[in-house]
Amino acid sequence: MSAPAAHAPVTTARSGGSAPEPRTGRRKPKVSFRHRASAWDRRYSPYLYISPFFLLFAVVGLFPLVYTGWVATHDWDLIMGQGEFIGAENFMAVLGERAFWISLRNTLSIFILSSAPQVVAAILIAYLLDYNLRAKTFWRMGVLVPYVVTPVAVALIFSNLFGDRFGLVNSILETVGIDAIGWHSGTLPSHLAIATMVNFRWTGYNALIFLAAMQAVPRDLYEAAEIDGAGKVRQFVSVTIPNLRPTIIFVIITSTIGGLQIFDEPRMFDQYGRGGTDGQWQTMTMYLYELGWTRSDFGQASAVAVLLFLLIVAIGLVNFIITRRISSSEVKR
Amino acid sequence: MRTTDHNQEDHSSSARAGAQPAPARASRGSRRRSRVLQGVALTSVMTLALTACGGSAEGEDSSGGGAEGEDVTLSVTTFNEFGYEDLFEEYEEINDNITIEHNKIDTAENARDSLRNSLGAGQGASDIEPIEVDWLAEFQQYPDRFEDLTDPELEDRWLDWKYDDAVLEDGRLIGYGTDSGPQAVCYRADLFEEAGLPTDREEVAEFLGDSWEDYFAAGREFVAESDSAWYSGSDNIWQGMINQVEVPYQNEEGEIIADTNPEVKDLYDQLLEASVEDELSAGLAQWSGDWSDAFQREESFATMMCPGWMLGIIEGNAEGVEGWDIANTFPGGGGNWGGSYLTVPSQGENIEEAKKLAAWLTAPEQQLKAFDVVGAFPSTTEALESEELRSSSEEFFNDAPTGEILAERADAVETQPLKGTEYLTINVAIQDAINRVDVDGIDDPEASWEKFVNDMEALR
Repeated sequence: MSAPAAHAPVTTARSGGSAPEPRTGRRKPKVSFRHRASAWDRRYSPYLYISPFFLLFAVVGLFPLVYTGWVATHDWDLIMGQGEFIGAENFMAVLGERAFWISLRNTLSIFILSSAPQVVAAILIAYLLDYNLRAKTFWRMGVLVPYVVTPVAVALIFSNLFGDRFGLVNSILETVGIDAIGWHSGTLPSHLAIATMVNFRWTGYNALIFLAAMQAVPRDLYEAAEIDGAGKVRQFVSVTIPNLRPTIIFVIITSTIGGLQIFDEPRMFDQYGRGGTDGQWQTMTMYLYELGWTRSDFGQASAVAVLLFLLIVAIGLVNFIITRRISSSEVKR
Repeated sequence: MRTTDHNQEDHSSSARAGAQPAPARASRGSRRRSRVLQGVALTSVMTLALTACGGSAEGEDSSGGGAEGEDVTLSVTTFNEFGYEDLFEEYEEINDNITIEHNKIDTAENARDSLRNSLGAGQGASDIEPIEVDWLAEFQQYPDRFEDLTDPELEDRWLDWKYDDAVLEDGRLIGYGTDSGPQAVCYRADLFEEAGLPTDREEVAEFLGDSWEDYFAAGREFVAESDSAWYSGSDNIWQGMINQVEVPYQNEEGEIIADTNPEVKDLYDQLLEASVEDELSAGLAQWSGDWSDAFQREESFATMMCPGWMLGIIEGNAEGVEGWDIANTFPGGGGNWGGSYLTVPSQGENIEEAKKLAAWLTAPEQQLKAFDVVGAFPSTTEALESEELRSSSEEFFNDAPTGEILAERADAVETQPLKGTEYLTINVAIQDAINRVDVDGIDDPEASWEKFVNDMEALR
């Protein structure tokens, strides 16, 4: 409310400041100050306006990031605190552990199993919702309901469904004549079960994002396509998908970050929360938790955090390069 | 109360306002109807969102209660079943100004993680925190984070070993002993009968024998005649076995010897041979959902290592199942599994009141009450000698004289194992090794042992 009022004098000062510019030589001190002030204003005030975000980011984002790096180079006990500086020893120890590489494998595997089908399903659901359905909003809100349920509740329900002996999924499989699957003992089955939980929660959310983007696609494109004789499938592939590209990239990046940091679902997948007897579904964040909180070694836990950060940055860079390719190819067309 | 009434009124009046024009709208076709549906959808999503928030809001309310006047709110964490619910009410009745908040955690491991976390953060611990004997040494590394509970009046309250275990090097006392875990063997008399075996408590005790060989031999006899397994899973039996080893995982200097200790390896081999080759195990990991479900299934398991506190857990999981009983014997002599201490972390605000409550909860009378409710076997001399304990029986276990039996089992306990600072971590690792073979079936015993050896290397 007060912002426009506060701005008004600034703009007049600006225009007032720029008008007498040629005369600066004669009335040096006074005009020069106003002039300089307005020049500063023009040059620096935008930074001032956006600074709250960056200050906040420095406190809650950058500082922890750097501090984690600091902790990672020390012997650091959860309860006793800082110990000696030991350089890269924590990193070497972590990289030398079998559990680290298993957790890396699990993280990537669960990430791919959840993100890929999720994006595809979300686009298809969004496409259906984009039709002129009856009770549109009901369906649209409906796909969001799983997102409202807390991840822990989702995990509890699904880990029951995926019980090895008496779970519902296995009972159904057995009535169909398929052998029961060891959801908690096999590596791939456990990843599938966890990916299912993730998909259950996030598909609807992503579908809504896609839906919003789809509604921004100009309708005349569809009309033109129809006149050209394109069927529904062709319209979807040649009109909808290309127009969704920026949104697809956004969804892929956010689900990359979320997917690589996955914790709640695998932790709640059994009663112990350690990721299986052989680390079948121990993700990197769970491994980090085990090091930091069960083994009390914050140094090594921080080393894992730093490595996870680097991994996300690396995958983020790959995403970025692909994004640039796509956007430049769009310009060419 | 007033605020809730007010809210409800608001709510219903707005609902009425929304409902009134509805009939008029409905007649105007589907577009209108979709608007009503929109409203329904919105409200339902919002209700869901609100109920999802409910949990945290409650928590804030109750923690705020402590600020009023002299009223003190004490928080107490427990895990599994301590049987304290009624005792808290009783204490609140005796002490008008005290409100007790109960923070119940499912497993001991999770209780330990949460305590570690609170100590690390310097806040968040309950006024009274439990420590199980398996991770007592671990927390004794941080003596300055706990209050000294030494009280000359209480020194002779507990069994010597129970008290001495909690005394630090400098003579301070870190916790008051709650229960102890002398083990007997619980069994399903109905399954025994179907298999043509003795069902009477004394005969069963004789049949089970008193060595592990006898116990496994009895199991082979049983599974030959029954569809059920002999025991739920190897990890249950392991706890019975390992608690008889004097120096299991770490020596006096704290060095890890778990993977080089021939005693540990022998037990590991013996157990897995019985579980896998003789098929005595139902292959269920303790505390898992499948495990608790199995109590109610027809194809179940017939025996279980039974420290006092396990009675309450069996009774809870096997509700409605008839046939559970308890035999006065234990393979390999006696053994103590579990038992805890109540500690008062120094970060709490109501240290004096918390000490009082901890002392009250662990007093002989209260220990007897907890035993009555969940079978938490006392650790105080007075309670152990009391007529009340000796004469107590458990209806669910076919009216077995559980007090008498467990007291005798307590007398049979010869060793209190040396549990080092890493005891729990190592025990978890070896149970994982056992479950890889018995529950998941992804490794043979040797391959799994190799992984365990690697885990120990990483821990060193």
